[in-house]
Amino acid sequence: MVNNSKKHASKLKALVITAPGINCDAELCEGFALAGCTVESELLARLSRDPSRIDAFDLIGLPGGFSYGDDIAAGRIMAALIRQSIYPALAHAVERGCPILAPCNGFQIAAQAGLLPGPEVGTEWPAEPAISTIALAPNETGRFNNIWVGMEVPVETKCVWTRNLEFSRATGLIPCAHGEGRFVADDETIEQLEANGQIAMRYSAADHFNGSRNRIAGICDSTGLVFGLMPHPERYLHWTQHPRWTRLTEAERSVVPPGLQMFQNAVEHALQTIA
Amino acid sequence: MAVVTTQPELPNRTTGLSALPPIHRVEVRPRRGQVDSRGASVARSIEALGLERKPKRVDHALVYLIEGELTNEELHRIADELLADPVTQVAEVHSTSRASRPSAAPGVSVVEVHPLAGVTDPAAESVQAAVLALTGRTVRVRTGQRIDLHGVDKALAKSVGDRLLANPVIHAIHTEPYFPSSFPEGKPYELVVREVRMSKLSDKDLEVLSREGHLFLSLDEMHAVQAEYRRLGREPREIELETIAQTWSEHCVHKTLKSTVRYRELQSDPAFAGQFSLMRNTAGRPLTEIAIDGSVTIKNLLKGTVAAATHELMKDGIDWCLSVFVDNSGVVAFDDEHAVCFKCETHNRPSAIEPYGGAATGIGGCIRDVMGTGLGAKPIAATDVFCVAYPDIAEVPTGCLHPRRTLTQVVAGVRDYGNRMGIPTLNGAVWFDDNYVGNPLVYCGCIGLMPRWAVKGVVKRGDRIVALGGRTGRDGIHGATFSSAELTTTHADEFSHAVQIGNAITEKTTLDAMLAMRDHKDGCLYSGTTDCGAGGFSSAIGEMGSEIGASVFLDRAPTKYGGLSPTEIWISEAQERMVLAVPSEKLAKIAEIAADHGVEWCDLGEFGREDNHIVLSWHGTEVGRLSTEFLHQAIPMPTKEAIWDASWAQQQRMSRRPAKFNTGGRFKTGASSADALKVLEELLAHPNLASKAWIIRQYDHEVQGSSVLKPLVGVAVGSSGGGPGDAAVIRPKASSTRALAIANGLATGLGADPYVMALAAIDECVRNLVCVGADPTKIAILDNFSWPSCKDPRNMGALVRACVGCYDAAKAFRTPFISGKDSLNNQFVTEDGRTIQIPPTLLISGFAPVVEASRAVSMDAKRAGSQLVLVGDTSDRLGGSHLALLMTLPSGTSSLPAPSLVHGPRNAHAVAAAIAQGIVLSCHDCSEGGLLVAAAEMAFSGGLGLSLNPLAAPTVGDVSFLARCFAEDASRYLIEVDASQLDALSKTLAGVPHAVVGTFDGTGKFSVTDGTAPAQVLSSTLGERWSGGLSW
Repeated sequence: MVNNSKKHASKLKALVITAPGINCDAELCEGFALAGCTVESELLARLSRDPSRIDAFDLIGLPGGFSYGDDIAAGRIMAALIRQSIYPALAHAVERGCPILAPCNGFQIAAQAGLLPGPEVGTEWPAEPAISTIALAPNETGRFNNIWVGMEVPVETKCVWTRNLEFSRATGLIPCAHGEGRFVADDETIEQLEANGQIAMRYSAADHFNGSRNRIAGICDSTGLVFGLMPHPERYLHWTQHPRWTRLTEAERSVVPPGLQMFQNAVEHALQTIA
Repeated sequence: MAVVTTQPELPNRTTGLSALPPIHRVEVRPRRGQVDSRGASVARSIEALGLERKPKRVDHALVYLIEGELTNEELHRIADELLADPVTQVAEVHSTSRASRPSAAPGVSVVEVHPLAGVTDPAAESVQAAVLALTGRTVRVRTGQRIDLHGVDKALAKSVGDRLLANPVIHAIHTEPYFPSSFPEGKPYELVVREVRMSKLSDKDLEVLSREGHLFLSLDEMHAVQAEYRRLGREPREIELETIAQTWSEHCVHKTLKSTVRYRELQSDPAFAGQFSLMRNTAGRPLTEIAIDGSVTIKNLLKGTVAAATHELMKDGIDWCLSVFVDNSGVVAFDDEHAVCFKCETHNRPSAIEPYGGAATGIGGCIRDVMGTGLGAKPIAATDVFCVAYPDIAEVPTGCLHPRRTLTQVVAGVRDYGNRMGIPTLNGAVWFDDNYVGNPLVYCGCIGLMPRWAVKGVVKRGDRIVALGGRTGRDGIHGATFSSAELTTTHADEFSHAVQIGNAITEKTTLDAMLAMRDHKDGCLYSGTTDCGAGGFSSAIGEMGSEIGASVFLDRAPTKYGGLSPTEIWISEAQERMVLAVPSEKLAKIAEIAADHGVEWCDLGEFGREDNHIVLSWHGTEVGRLSTEFLHQAIPMPTKEAIWDASWAQQQRMSRRPAKFNTGGRFKTGASSADALKVLEELLAHPNLASKAWIIRQYDHEVQGSSVLKPLVGVAVGSSGGGPGDAAVIRPKASSTRALAIANGLATGLGADPYVMALAAIDECVRNLVCVGADPTKIAILDNFSWPSCKDPRNMGALVRACVGCYDAAKAFRTPFISGKDSLNNQFVTEDGRTIQIPPTLLISGFAPVVEASRAVSMDAKRAGSQLVLVGDTSDRLGGSHLALLMTLPSGTSSLPAPSLVHGPRNAHAVAAAIAQGIVLSCHDCSEGGLLVAAAEMAFSGGLGLSLNPLAAPTVGDVSFLARCFAEDASRYLIEVDASQLDALSKTLAGVPHAVVGTFDGTGKFSVTDGTAPAQVLSSTLGERWSGGLSW
């Protein structure tokens, strides 16, 4: 499948924000690059000195890893640092239509930095980061687990990354690798997320391995731009990354891998916004 | 805002000063109604202990002790915004004043576990940095965990703490909430230059000095030191003696493997009949001479065997070895632009005492070896192999940990370090034998990728000595010498300071900073590097300055706490430190990059002196001076005696306890197919063979996004999620589809003759690589010997045979060794004086390119209707097989297999050619457990049925049905091809014994025929047996 966005996307600039202990930044950069963006990777410490640099970017990634060792709790310290440094620049980025991808540790960070679930529909981003209403708690098994699991995308989702994403039975898996990915929120928050189309991705019923409420694997903000998820789309850019690729047919391998498709969806959206 | 990752600068205060800052205590626990997963996990572990009384409930809380002047508002901000999650947790803040201390609820017993003072506490360091960033306050933090056990008394709670939660080597246990009034302080160090008066010591006193000073030098070596200082006309200073002991340790200099060895075989021994004789086959062997009495002398065992094979192969056309045996890892070409390097090490001693920290620092050290190769490589994969006692061992001797605890803790250690470093751990094995109870083996491997220009670094005179990374503490002092000692029941106490705790994030930031310095736009900012491993600065700077000398200002090293002596700084094995040789004009750029990555560095001095000495000073006073020539060339190398006593070796290996899987020998030579299926089910669940999914899935084996074949492949199998792949395949460069296969070979079952064991291990490693589509002409391998004491000439004889086996097999397969390591004193003396020797263990690790990632082949059967072809001969030799662990072997079948140095390479190349042709649907190594196990694995990993006819297998002579099913002969492969491709396959396999032994089908049934009555079982049942055999 030829990707239309690719020839225009090169004018888009993607920023990948790293920090000590972040370790999925290279593959996140590759995801943006394969979707046609020019990519820059920068340390949070350097961005914090001049957060306005973020204004120059069209897409942003908060990669996975163990930021600051995940000491205290996963993503806690990086979130605390973002809250008091680049949060306003990130909120502003969403306001100007910039898609943000936050897989795994990125999701844990976004959930605690006031970036997800974000302000209610139609309201503005608060100047001060909101207190968290969602959490990624230790897996029900109490154990880190690296496994490919089945995924479902709710048809009503607003998420620009997963909208209209097609998962076939053979290829509808996505890699997870985390110890703290159990989605937790109170009833009211869950109801709102469900009602607003903010659930971007669910674990399939058979592969619901970490005990998340409503099998939630990923959510977006009310604009659909900010996407936090525990799975790793950036590890699903080539068919040879699929755990059973040696069993897939030529036809199954002829389409864009779903992980890469998510990057292409966001690039497509960003191109339209800019246009 | 400054983001600081390392410990903030703290004043070093003496104790007893008035107005100590207050210590605040914050407890973080799950909010009411939230799941307490940590508490539940502790409860599960208590359940597994099988205590008479169990707690009714277990609650878990994290404890933070924060020392510093903080306002109430700041303290609550730290508690609520930093330490507790607003959705799932609550924080309780207590001051240290007695009145506010909470007491445990009635009927509840509390256990608190805190790291001992001086033990690395990464979480505490992170909290300190975050508090500084959030509030601008400098505080000191210590962390702990509190467990509330409901319905049990204090004594039971304490016992749970001792057995489950704490290791006294690094933890303190409290039975009520811990409110320290102050943190322990380091005392400022006052310089005392200690001389060790040894010039007049008698032999006996020299031996006492060696042992009591933890030098572990032999009498010959002590004599050499004594003579050197008599020549200099002075006594050695403590720091000099320590440096010599480190440099001359077995760990650093491999003196056993590098020594001259005199080897004899007891040829009249009936057990020797039919074994390979070195005495009769000395012709043409390098550095080898035969004496008039028939004994064989090898001058430098390593150079005459393992290394000789490599150098001879390099002279004979192998042009892709770029750096072998000289650097921290071995380097080979990957493509025109890049090289890959591989290092594998053991970390046995520290892991025996503190398995979590030992394994974590094992992988951490191995990663640093890769970072410290040439001008630095980027770690791209890790491997791990563990050898432990069976989890159902009857008795664990005093001073040893239970194997279940050892294994779960070493897995946790590798997991937490490897995952945090972002390096996929993707290949390994676990081997069980009760003789590992006192000396569990922990092998950690690491593979790196580097531009070819970075393969070699050259330290220049005038370069600054830059230390980058973690701070220096008392961690791991004497690790190098300790690793050369025999373990006894008192070792845990005596050597607790040798235990190291790692901080992966410090290493990760050091790596990131180093790669930024290497790939700087102005060119690499340093001219050489090495890591601080065993021996710390002493060996890192000693090695880098081994020809040009160095001036070292030890007072400049940043330390974790005050009070460290120059000797401690010089020999500390604190983790996460690299040494770089930096031209002085590039220091400013080094400083800038280090600051951006939050990594500490210091300028420790200068490489190069006119006298070529290593001179150590402390605030301007010379505290030590060493001649590099003496250090590196004067070590005495006495001739080692080696005897091959085949009967003794057989007897030693007989002591292996057949595990509980014993079938009571009810199977005879005429076993039926139904009997064979029963054995198959038991074998699949044997811990050596069973799925290691519970380990594999705790490792992030896909980070870096490079995986092509993961450790588990095929369809879901029971709880395992896939079948056992032969080798991992990764794509190291995003810009290229060229791939790299990684595998290992381990044939410990054949230890009754280490020559055979070495051949079999190399054959297995080659098979594993060939099965996934690797190029058999570009396989590089590594040797890791773990042996019992080589002071016993019989163990030394076993070692010689293994080394000679390595030479013969490496030459035959044309697989050069590129790096290796040995650990040669693995035996444990029990309280009652019994010595438990480990089985001689040789791990072969290997890697090779796969020309195109999309052509890699996995082991899961793909299609109903396709044919299963067995390549290679099967024999009646069942000695050392897994079948032999289950039953008493029928007479005449107990000899060890005889791997052929002709057939092994021939079969490997033929199978590789078939794979290159693109006609192979799946391919699997036929090894542990034999034909039935390998065929069953292919079937259940493909979700298919199989009808198997072992009678069709190519054999050597007349072979019983049982042996056809379960013999573990080397050089055998199972290949799945479409029926239409059989002719093409046969053509490619011309001259290689092979036969169709089965047909895959869609019935889901695994059926075996013995020629009369076929028997069958569901493939999925076999899969469940395999996946459930060791599912922790």
